[in-house]
Amino acid sequence: MSAVPGRELRIIGFLCNWCSYGGADTAGVSRFEQPTDLRVVRVPCSGRIDPLFIVRAFLNGADGVLVSGCHPGDCHYSEGNYHARRRLELLKHLLPAAGIDPARFHYTWVSASEGAKWQQTVTDFTNRIHELGPAPAFCGASTPEDWAAVALGAANGPGCSDHGGDGK
Amino acid sequence: MSLDQLRQCIKDALPDLDCVIGWEQGHSPATATPLFMYEKQDVDRLVFGPLSVHNLATYLPGLKGKKVGIVVKGCDSRAVVQLLRENLISREDVTIFGMGCNGVISHKRLNRTVDNLDRASSLRMDGDDVVVTIDETEQRVAFAEVCPDKCLTCTHPNAMISDHFIGEKSDRAPICETPPALERFQAMSIEDRHAFWEEQMSSCVRCYACRNACPMCVCRDQCVAQSRDPHWMSQETSPRENLMFQLAHTLHLAGRCVECGECERACPMELPILLLRQTAAAGIRNLFGHEAGVDPEAQIPLLTFAVQEANIKE
Repeated sequence: MSAVPGRELRIIGFLCNWCSYGGADTAGVSRFEQPTDLRVVRVPCSGRIDPLFIVRAFLNGADGVLVSGCHPGDCHYSEGNYHARRRLELLKHLLPAAGIDPARFHYTWVSASEGAKWQQTVTDFTNRIHELGPAPAFCGASTPEDWAAVALGAANGPGCSDHGGDGK
Repeated sequence: MSLDQLRQCIKDALPDLDCVIGWEQGHSPATATPLFMYEKQDVDRLVFGPLSVHNLATYLPGLKGKKVGIVVKGCDSRAVVQLLRENLISREDVTIFGMGCNGVISHKRLNRTVDNLDRASSLRMDGDDVVVTIDETEQRVAFAEVCPDKCLTCTHPNAMISDHFIGEKSDRAPICETPPALERFQAMSIEDRHAFWEEQMSSCVRCYACRNACPMCVCRDQCVAQSRDPHWMSQETSPRENLMFQLAHTLHLAGRCVECGECERACPMELPILLLRQTAAAGIRNLFGHEAGVDPEAQIPLLTFAVQEANIKE
């Protein structure tokens, strides 16, 4: 069931077990209203997140990916999120070269007590993804005609059938 | 002449080494191919020039433990520096014969520019031109049109590390700052790039030549591209899985790739996959001020961190 009007989009959230998952829990316990598009994957630490997790999510049809960990300096494992910060920042730089809009990816830090910040983060990110619309899918074109159709679809933007068709 | 000096130097060093890697003439005078020298007479087949394209450093990690000599150009020497930095080879086992380089020729590009290249009887450089003799007629093409992109922007034409530096140092200056292909790519919109990769990746045959030619790709049997546990990507050759493989390759090389362009040279489908590596390397330069293969002491940026990152805004 969608909490926001219109179709739900696929947003994957990688949340660190110690801070952001707790923060999302705090938001839930406090009964803060949240959009329901986000699917949460709980990881032991943001340092556990291989940038390929995010690439894989996008290529498998995610419309947005949100990563959240402990604030720098507060990592349960001392320095996991410092490493994550470098990797995620590099990924942000690389995504547009792969044809993926970097606005569909966001990383942030939310602590276990910041239920309100989590509500704000997830609401803002979901709204942003809804503005961008469904992500264009890799649809397996194989002939020059298919490629031309993909190029045309990409140029037409989210309204076209290449963007987030149900079969992806 | 420096080739004679190089041959002599290798002959002198060969008794203490298991082998020395260089280049010999390939199937035609317009090609060269890697040469493994074990005996003194092998050294006579050695050539060095604009056809010595292969980055021979690729062979070094596989020969770890053996005493190996290697002939390197400037760009190859960056791969050697990076391999040393990562302890993938040990300094005392490797003897480096450093050369100055005046640029190499892309065989694919030359083949597109010149007819009947396989019938060539000689090839030489003449200033900024490449002169090929085919069927007793000389054909002249501009070097900048037939060199790989890395030569256009080359800032390290001389071997950066060597036990024996042979011949004169090259004073070649970069021809341009950004290669034309990268410039065109950077000017594309994100939507166009999506369509661009969909098209390009539909012809990737996942032969892994790009990976196998890469001097920094050392996992080989443990490569995520072929692992079933975890099963990162399927063997299906759809544009999606192929792009996944290329992005995995790029991310695993982030901060390590020396942009030698061997991946693109080895690609039988002529896919512009160096664009992804160059983008990642530019990101590493902008974010962490790091250039791979230049400083043997430099920390690999993704294996370290700063508490306050200078170039990351949060």
